[in-house]
Amino acid sequence: MKALLRRPSGAIGLVLVAVHVAIAVTAPWIVPHDARAISAALMFSPPDAAHWLGTDHLGRDILTRTMLGGRQALLVTAIATPLAVAWGGMLGMYLGLAGGQRDDVAMRLVDALLSLPWILKMLLMIVTFGAAPQVLVPVLAFFYGVPVIRIARAATQGVVARDYVLAARARGHGRFSIILREVLPNVRDALMVEGAMRWSWMLLAFSSLSFLGFGVAPPTPDWGLMIADSRSFLAIAPWAALAPVAALSSLIIGINLTADALAKALGLDRAHSAPQ
Amino acid sequence: MLAYALRRTLLGLITVALVSAMIFFAVEALPGDACTAVLQRDAHGQRLENCRREMGLDRPATARYLDWVGGAIRGDLGASAGSGKAITELVGARLANTLLLAGLSMAVGVPLALLLGVVTALARDRAPDLVLSTVAILAMTIPEFVTATLLIFTFSVWLGWVPGIVLASADAPISTLFPTIWLPVAVLTMVMTAHILRTVRSSMIDVMEGDFVQMARLKGVPAWRVVWRHALPSALLPAINVVALTVAWLLGGVVVVEKVFNYPGLGRFMVDSITERDLPVVQGLALVVASAYVGVNLAADLLALLLDPRLRTARLRA
Repeated sequence: MKALLRRPSGAIGLVLVAVHVAIAVTAPWIVPHDARAISAALMFSPPDAAHWLGTDHLGRDILTRTMLGGRQALLVTAIATPLAVAWGGMLGMYLGLAGGQRDDVAMRLVDALLSLPWILKMLLMIVTFGAAPQVLVPVLAFFYGVPVIRIARAATQGVVARDYVLAARARGHGRFSIILREVLPNVRDALMVEGAMRWSWMLLAFSSLSFLGFGVAPPTPDWGLMIADSRSFLAIAPWAALAPVAALSSLIIGINLTADALAKALGLDRAHSAPQ
Repeated sequence: MLAYALRRTLLGLITVALVSAMIFFAVEALPGDACTAVLQRDAHGQRLENCRREMGLDRPATARYLDWVGGAIRGDLGASAGSGKAITELVGARLANTLLLAGLSMAVGVPLALLLGVVTALARDRAPDLVLSTVAILAMTIPEFVTATLLIFTFSVWLGWVPGIVLASADAPISTLFPTIWLPVAVLTMVMTAHILRTVRSSMIDVMEGDFVQMARLKGVPAWRVVWRHALPSALLPAINVVALTVAWLLGGVVVVEKVFNYPGLGRFMVDSITERDLPVVQGLALVVASAYVGVNLAADLLALLLDPRLRTARLRA
């Protein structure tokens, strides 16, 4: 934690994330206006003293909606991320330790799942089961746990031949006990960084889905939805789109700066990533 | 080496076979089928049964799966439930558009990423590196629709240089796509350049500390030659896999960008087919995209094997 804060990028990242979480938690009590109050007289009013960030095409206050717009995304992803890391991490450690045929079969399945684009998998689920948070949490946790399996498995294979694992085996410890007591402490760093990355990918997926019209339903304020709504009015009311753009970007940048600084502080190399 | 190559190819084929089964039976397990999609509110009683018999949906799922796979191998993915057109035809036209988009982005992005990767590695922890590395994090993490919105705001609303969306049908000739293709290309290039740049930077830093680079320096090879002829080729090896994953992403994952710019490619087609519940098209598309992903990654692994003599003698592992 200290090593993380000592790096400027880590400190900036953590502050950004903390501010976003604080706003999301307290927003319902501190927003200046009603997020759903529609007013024809206030349509597209530019930023002024009453509406600091202006209003949108329905005269709704942009500051209010931007402050509230991250709540669903943060709530869903904050629950789904630990779930994804937990199940992906456990399975990955188990496969790394067990090896053999079970490992071969499981990894082929992982490869197969990873070869499909995320949006196809997510959309199929959403079109069938809807986009309520109780659907999105398990679906996101499942799909975003799959790449974690790979990371945890690779990290486990790095320690599986070490003396302390052999010693634990010789002492007659079961697989589960070896995973928790010998493997997990060595894989934890990699899982933490991976978890931060999964969180940012999930936020990206969540807001992209809202943007495409498959996520949060209007009139609930949501960044992806707000950007989609105000995109057509960029020429007359750029503030309506730029405020949620800034909010969403700063949160995702914050998470990534933190993950990057964390990886550097822990001595992990996470430069070899590909877009997803 | 040949054994490894064969083994790797076989694993790729197994993965594709697994994906095909996964796609088919997953879509099968979801409620509703091609007939409920076509008939919509009339989907009950005799009409539904007739339709299912006509489309062969009353046969067991495994038999239909084998038919589907057999057809796919011969290049026939069946017909769209919505329009009745051949899926290979529908996919073909859009695949060409997506390939154009992906090809242009690669042509701009890969050389740019190599150049910037070398620059940041050489200037490690100094101003150019810090600035470029931060920009790279921004480019790779900000959602594509956000970048797209900002670019549209800047270049088509504010400056008015290029149109903000593409108004062309899927089978439009390339010439009509051209003036409008630059903003989507810019968005994709930003994302992929950032990822490849980071890989090249980190492996370039490793390589520059290697003995053979020290040796070249000590014997008086000019600095630029050390960088471009001695260090860069070895530093590129780790980049091959990232480039491959990027290509796979370009072929299947650019849904959001295509949707934002209304670009008539595979990604937009995928979203539209899923919303219309045109399941045969969804299955066909998923198979094409997944095969492309597996194929590109296989090609990258084999290329790395060909280029890196160390891998040939290394213990043969899957």
